[in-house]
Amino acid sequence: MKNEALYNYVLHLGDDSLILGQRLGEWCGHGPILEEDIAMTNISLDLIGQAMSLLDYAGEIDGQGKDHDALAFLRFEHEYRNVLLLEQPNGDFANTMMRQFLFDAFRKPLYEQLVASKDVQISAIAEKSLKETKYHLKHSSEWIIRLGDGTEESHNRVQNALDHLWRYTDELFSESDLDQSLVDAGIVPSMSEIKIQWAETVRSVLEEATLMIPTNNWQFEGGRRGVHSEHLGFLLADLQYMQRAYPNMTW
Amino acid sequence: MKPMDLQELEKRFQEKIDKEIKIEPNDWMPDEYRKTLIRQISQHAHSEIVGMLPEGNWITRAPNLRRKAVLLAKVQDEAGHGLYLYSSVETLGADREETIDDLHSGKAKYSSIFNYPAVTWADIGTIGWLVDGAAIMNQVALCRCSYGPYARGMVKICKEESFHQRQGFESLVTLCNGTPTQKAMAQDAMNRFWWPALMMFGPSDDESPNSAQSMKWKIKRFSNDELRQSFVDATVPQAEILGLTIPDPNLKWNEETGHYDFSPINWDEFWQVVNGNGPCNKERIEARTKAKEEGMWVREAAMAYAEKRALKKTA
Amino acid sequence: MSNKEWPLWEVFIRSKQGLNHKHVGSLRAPDATLALDNARDVYTRRSEGISIWVVESNYIHASDPSDADSFFEPSDTKVYRHPTFYDVPDGIKHM
Ligand SMILES: [Fe+2]
Ligand SMILES: [Fe+2]
Ligand SMILES: [Fe+2]
Repeated sequence: MKNEALYNYVLHLGDDSLILGQRLGEWCGHGPILEEDIAMTNISLDLIGQAMSLLDYAGEIDGQGKDHDALAFLRFEHEYRNVLLLEQPNGDFANTMMRQFLFDAFRKPLYEQLVASKDVQISAIAEKSLKETKYHLKHSSEWIIRLGDGTEESHNRVQNALDHLWRYTDELFSESDLDQSLVDAGIVPSMSEIKIQWAETVRSVLEEATLMIPTNNWQFEGGRRGVHSEHLGFLLADLQYMQRAYPNMTW
Repeated sequence: MKPMDLQELEKRFQEKIDKEIKIEPNDWMPDEYRKTLIRQISQHAHSEIVGMLPEGNWITRAPNLRRKAVLLAKVQDEAGHGLYLYSSVETLGADREETIDDLHSGKAKYSSIFNYPAVTWADIGTIGWLVDGAAIMNQVALCRCSYGPYARGMVKICKEESFHQRQGFESLVTLCNGTPTQKAMAQDAMNRFWWPALMMFGPSDDESPNSAQSMKWKIKRFSNDELRQSFVDATVPQAEILGLTIPDPNLKWNEETGHYDFSPINWDEFWQVVNGNGPCNKERIEARTKAKEEGMWVREAAMAYAEKRALKKTA
Repeated sequence: MSNKEWPLWEVFIRSKQGLNHKHVGSLRAPDATLALDNARDVYTRRSEGISIWVVESNYIHASDPSDADSFFEPSDTKVYRHPTFYDVPDGIKHM
């Protein structure tokens, strides 16, 4: 392999998009109102598009002729590099939107920095994805504010979602030793800068939403290392079903 | 000027229709015309929305990312179609959420085809090809419907539909050129969907009492049987290209009529499914009712927030 | 708690620079911000627009079709408002 650090990094970007896109796809036909059903599938489509570009690039770095499908469908569970946050089940609309918001608030500054990457392919993918992500963040922020400052029920639901999902947020910023070499080479940004921006977005939106940042700060991590929650296995059972049940066929 | 009597209004209305002048929301129209349209357009809207479910259940299992994106985009389009159609219903003074409640209570109908299960991946291609194909046959005719908002909605929908049938056909071409397992999967889907697809055009002309009036009002331009025949004629050669057998031993080209002959349709099955006894009627309505009920607090929250903001502005 | 439905909004889209916004349909939304988001997702999935207006349907006032005679027909007779009403000598171009 040419560059293991770069491969891992691009793979985790791709997996984050893939797994969240897959989760959002579950909403199709079941949204709280038609207009929002369409909005969520739009976000899902953007993420799947990102996953295709990123996983194709990962395959290219790997140099073993794997395309996005080989990577998306034919790895074992411990080989997926997405963060735990994104594999968490949809739950109710509040939980889905909170997961989305916490991720979008991270993805936007990350892509902004990746646009300046010395790696031209990463830079190009980031530029296209950034436009999409800005809209995702706008939309999820709007919903967090409405749910938080809506009715008592919506406030409680979205506060519960925040309390539950908060434990998965530190992992967004985890950096391996391999990542550090990419930071040094100017290919990817340092996570400390991203975290500052994330925290500011989260603080201001949650404040407007009248939501409280949880004080319990016990954090979970593992996805980036391939150690996942129980939920990923079920997600993959769906995702990989056709490729596993009917191996080596073209669809 | 003295107010026109009903007969005169009806006469003028029919004259407009005969001159191909579109009827617009605020124009005078006979009550029956309005009722017929509300029933037909809301049924059509419900069909788009319920139609999301059988295909939607394969989004998470699509065999590759391209097919996943295509299927998502396709099913999402159907949500858009439902939305455009509910908008046209609302121009007639009906209320979208009330018509949706009628769907959930069983009072309103939707296309019976969506009560059949999508059990294999080949069903997804087959639905795109046959079900969207049949829907397009119907919808192209409706682009010239006398009611303006419905006709315009149909034009928009037809533009979007054209990719639905193609993606389905393309998917089947891949299966039919694939392994024997894939080909068999495609044939099996064809066997299950062929007859329900033909039923989509509705009862035979002699069994369809409202048809004549709808034709006179130019809500409909072609009869159910005419559209069904056009669909069969268009589809048989496509099946030949795929190398799939149409599950009808009596299907054959008729030199004299210039059309394909086919076996009589099992109308008993059709009415059973329409009246709630299809394989998935219960699941479909349950899924839609659940979405509406579980979305209630979301819709309320957004409304409460908007009201609070409006108050703050005026305060 | 509010049990009301989301209000109806009319959507207008400018398909490209230099053209007017054109009515394309309607949708439901709780407020203008989400009405714009929803219009973007519902009506511009295929690059149909570069600018969107939304107006709450309540605020649209329409002329009454039963007044159409008195409202619109009087202008039909004012043919002198149209350039084709005037004869221009043959030799003159570009007027
Ligand atoms: Fe359809
Ligand atoms: Fe449709
Ligand atoms: Fe369709």
